[in-house]
Amino acid sequence: MSAISTSSSAGDAARTPERPKRRSFLRLLLRNRLAGLGLVVLAAIVAIAILAPILPLADPNATAPANRLLPPLSEGHLLGTDELGRDLLSRLVWGTRLSLFMGVAATLVAALLGSTIGLVAGYFGGRLDNALMRSIDMLMAFPYILLALAIVAVLGPGLLNALYAVAIVNIPFFARNIRGVTVGLSHKDFVEAARLSGMGHGRILVSEVLPNVMPVIVITMSTTVGWMILETAGLSFLGLGSQPPQADLGSILGEGRKVMLTAPHVTTIAGITIFLLVMSINLVGDGVRDALDPRLSAGALARPAPVTRIARAKNADDAAPPEGSPALAVRRLSTRFEVGERIYRAVNDVSFTIRRGECLGLVGESGSGKSVTALSLLGLVPSPPGVIRAGRVWREGEDVLSLSREKLRALRGGRVSYIFQDPLTTLHPLFTVGDQLVEAIRAHRPASHAEAWTQAVALLDRVRIPAAADRAEALPHELSGGMRQRVAIAMALANEPDLIIADEPTTALDVTVQAQILALLDELRRESGLALLFITHDFGVVSQLCDRVAVMYAGKIVEEGPTQAVLEAPAHPYTRLLIACVPILGSGKRALDAIPGLPPAVDRLPDGCAFAPRCPRATAACKEGEIPPVSVADRRSARCLYAGEVMRAATEGSAA
Amino acid sequence: MHLYIAKRLAALVPILFGLTLVVFFIMALIPGDPALAILGAYATPENVARLNAQLGLDESLPVQYLTWLGNLLQGDLGRSYSLNRPVLDEVLERFSATLILAGAALVLCTIFGLLAGIVSAVRQYGLADKAVTLLVLVGISMPSFWLGLLLILFFAVELRWLPASGMYAIYGGGDLPDLLSHLILPAATLAAVATGVVARLTRSAMLEVLRQDFIRTARAKGLPERRVIYVHAFKAALVSIIPVIGIQAGFVLGGAVYIETVFQWPGIGRMLVQAISTRDILLVQGGVLVVAASYVLINLLVDVLQSLVDPRVKA
Repeated sequence: MSAISTSSSAGDAARTPERPKRRSFLRLLLRNRLAGLGLVVLAAIVAIAILAPILPLADPNATAPANRLLPPLSEGHLLGTDELGRDLLSRLVWGTRLSLFMGVAATLVAALLGSTIGLVAGYFGGRLDNALMRSIDMLMAFPYILLALAIVAVLGPGLLNALYAVAIVNIPFFARNIRGVTVGLSHKDFVEAARLSGMGHGRILVSEVLPNVMPVIVITMSTTVGWMILETAGLSFLGLGSQPPQADLGSILGEGRKVMLTAPHVTTIAGITIFLLVMSINLVGDGVRDALDPRLSAGALARPAPVTRIARAKNADDAAPPEGSPALAVRRLSTRFEVGERIYRAVNDVSFTIRRGECLGLVGESGSGKSVTALSLLGLVPSPPGVIRAGRVWREGEDVLSLSREKLRALRGGRVSYIFQDPLTTLHPLFTVGDQLVEAIRAHRPASHAEAWTQAVALLDRVRIPAAADRAEALPHELSGGMRQRVAIAMALANEPDLIIADEPTTALDVTVQAQILALLDELRRESGLALLFITHDFGVVSQLCDRVAVMYAGKIVEEGPTQAVLEAPAHPYTRLLIACVPILGSGKRALDAIPGLPPAVDRLPDGCAFAPRCPRATAACKEGEIPPVSVADRRSARCLYAGEVMRAATEGSAA
Repeated sequence: MHLYIAKRLAALVPILFGLTLVVFFIMALIPGDPALAILGAYATPENVARLNAQLGLDESLPVQYLTWLGNLLQGDLGRSYSLNRPVLDEVLERFSATLILAGAALVLCTIFGLLAGIVSAVRQYGLADKAVTLLVLVGISMPSFWLGLLLILFFAVELRWLPASGMYAIYGGGDLPDLLSHLILPAATLAAVATGVVARLTRSAMLEVLRQDFIRTARAKGLPERRVIYVHAFKAALVSIIPVIGIQAGFVLGGAVYIETVFQWPGIGRMLVQAISTRDILLVQGGVLVVAASYVLINLLVDVLQSLVDPRVKA
């Protein structure tokens, strides 16, 4: 697959931001305020637990029946005493020490055994993998705590036995997580290379695989240690863990329960301690996970709002409405992705007009901003991080971007509809295509389900899907790629639009299917006289389909004009190279490599013409100041200082 | 659909068989002599030998297992030493109490977990989201046995609104309102942690789904935002939420052990704890087996439910 078809439309222009210099793990962890707080609390608890032997504490097991159940803040007993007159503060500190030790020890045992099983199963695969994982599944067939109980039943109540029981029931988490990662790694080049170099399996596992699964082990440990402390405390609470006089936090709570009504402070203090301990561990654990696996961190999961954020300066005059009544007129549109302090100028001062019934091709490499332009028109750019910073989208005398939510909703899929690139991901996977069409119909006009269904089948028929009535019952994954795209087209046609915005609708398809879909679109367009904004990276497709073409580069339209005229004599060197790509391979995909260099990152645009660094004609003048679009012929414009020369060179047939 | 269920039912047989193996051999690993444990330290060797023969413990392990399995298939799980009644009777009686408690907790955690998770995702970074995130954090860090004690102190001792223990009032009672009033506190306690887990997962599943291309399609075709979130996004998110609810079923079944002890609920968890302390091995064995088998059935139900939501898994 080419980079073009894999990049999502939003990432198309923003692309993956270059990873900032690797920050230290600790700094990443501390950036998360809650995790920092957790770390402080946890560090304090751990320090007290470790220092217990040298702290000036009473003997935790010295009973004093005369002093039983003293309330907190009694003299000599800061937190009071329990039912045997033992100093609660001292018992609490020692109990915390024991609970912490039990939890950490259980985690280490579980991590060691579970990771070993996971590594071996994932690395060797085959029958060994099967046998090991089936046994793990067997362990998981038991409800978690029940298995721990069964193990304690076998081993007998006691501190160590509770520890083993909790460790054993947690083995599956480690085994499954680590196996998953190891399976992926065991076929990587560096592992194969180590194998070929004659390294033993044991050494490969330890020196090549283990370092790479370590983060997963650490994440799993940090997310399970809190649980394990709770579980061991729970077993002690039930009287199955630590045995008197030794007491962990669970036992203190369990003993306190007997006097709960007369002296609630015993259970309360022990409960709060367990809670603080486990919560601080969970906070740190979440922080560790976010720091080691940034994909999971909250920021990466920002929810796109229903409408792109629009924050425009008040200079409407710059974007005056168009003359006449075109299908759509875009004026000075700027859409940016604002990620922290980085600003990606995905769409930069873009203007174009689509007349009624006209097909306009928007062409450019991936990352040129053409998809973001398309999505901006009806506010579909995901935000955060997308923001429309300037411009107007005129339609029937109104600015679409100023419409109310409800009016915008009515426009979407009503008079203006979209067709997206990959129909497997753009159709809902769990609804039948018929239902998805019915929904599109009923979102815009009142119709019973049955009526809408009849119309849906008719629409499928109209896009030449054979046995439409049967296919309507199919789920998207049961159809071929071409069929799915036909469904998407049917959906776009559902409410008789007068403009369809097609964002690379054929890129994800086979070449033969591409041709069929293009023919279908062309036919439908001529049949119903609708306007089409066709986004593609392929000049070949443009020449077949479009009346006019606009070429985008680094967020700007660098050239615009009637397709035939632009093809015959491109006025911008970039257009010229783009056209030159087509005949070489037929399909535009890999041919784009024919232009040396890469498009600039849109968060660091150079001064002047963004294409200058790759342009064979660039001069010093190209790298200074804004290059405005100039009219180069009738209804044609280009953003190039040497447009005239480029055109002349093209007509004379000399090299660019 | 029927084929899928039939296949899954067939796959149950080896799992249940494996369960009996695990349960039997775990118990067989018990150090020491069960007969000695039953008869006490002062038993004569003759008596111990007689009881061993009576229990079939002088046979080899595989023979013991087959005998045990044969009896099991006839519904005979042996006799409880400590209670002197058939294990199966005791286990089923106790298990029905646990099912009521765990079932109520599962319903609670599903409803509140889903609601909290959805609200949290829809109002991402808003006040509701922060409140839910905080509650989730508290919920999953709280030792449930302490939460139970707190609720008893507050609602039963302080406010006297609800009973503190048992399943029915000792005098009178025995009807549904009585059961419900006894059920509220333990079920809420048991559901607390699971609710946190479900809410957290629902939130991240919804956020993940809301970024998908098909959500953009739903918006592009002009669906009202309500429908986009509660129909399109929620249905897709359910695919990853349902298995987690299945896992929670296991957690509430197991976690019932603590809650039943705290609230004196006459369920199987409390029975197990007592049986472990009295070393009533057959009772432990029977209890573990029944709960584990029911968990396997619950997982089957979850898988069937999953296949209803996501027809792609049928294959």
